[in-house]
Amino acid sequence: MKYNKHTLINQMKLMLDSRSINEGFARATVSAFAAQLDPMVEELTDIKTAVSEAVTNAIVHAYPDTTGKITLWAGIYVDGYFRVMVKDQGRGIEDIKLARQPLYSSLGDERAGLGFAVMESFMDSLRVRSTPGKGTTITMGKLIKGKRNDS
Amino acid sequence: MDIRYEKNRLTAYLVGEIDHHNAAAVREPIDQAIAKLRPPRVRLDFAAVTFMDSSAVGLVMGRYRLLAAHDAALEVVNLSPQGLRMMQMAHLQTLATLKQKEEIRT
Repeated sequence: MKYNKHTLINQMKLMLDSRSINEGFARATVSAFAAQLDPMVEELTDIKTAVSEAVTNAIVHAYPDTTGKITLWAGIYVDGYFRVMVKDQGRGIEDIKLARQPLYSSLGDERAGLGFAVMESFMDSLRVRSTPGKGTTITMGKLIKGKRNDS
Repeated sequence: MDIRYEKNRLTAYLVGEIDHHNAAAVREPIDQAIAKLRPPRVRLDFAAVTFMDSSAVGLVMGRYRLLAAHDAALEVVNLSPQGLRMMQMAHLQTLATLKQKEEIRT
């Protein structure tokens, strides 16, 4: 099934300053919204972790020396599909293929370089669109099986 | 965070959420204890960690590098399933001992 605007049943939008203290707020907010789908604890942890990675990337990479705006959007679709978008108007990514490589980090030893690898592994889909100098938009989707199918 | 040293092993009991925002605050007391005590074995206990992202993997990798310089062994215990998965993405199982469950702290 293709999940488009016609199958969207609920949505949220949030604007944040790119301050690291907002990382916890961002993932907690998206996770509280996703809770409407009655997900299993593991599914909620997957979403929280992926959002934390995307927001951290925006804070440290998109706006390295300034404070900019990060827009979070999340949507709930029919059949329990969840989509989340993290958008910035920052520096952009020159080489998306390189940035997505596991263990690559432009920021040295204390960063694992796993951001995109974690997003990819914990969500069902990941799309990265970026224009150098204009910003980056990360879109991730996940089908929430939830507690509905628990035996 | 509680840090204990007994039987030549330093154990740091990490608590709460570990992300990019608070990774430095978690790292500093651990590094201070390592510098002061030079323990041959270090254990990071994640039992009381309620959330972690890849910043915690960076924290473990950084401590591995620090300890490898003085031939000390690193053990990471009580990881959540997702936590273990992230550590394995960084191939940390080849550098340190990773465990999902450890004996309950007394």
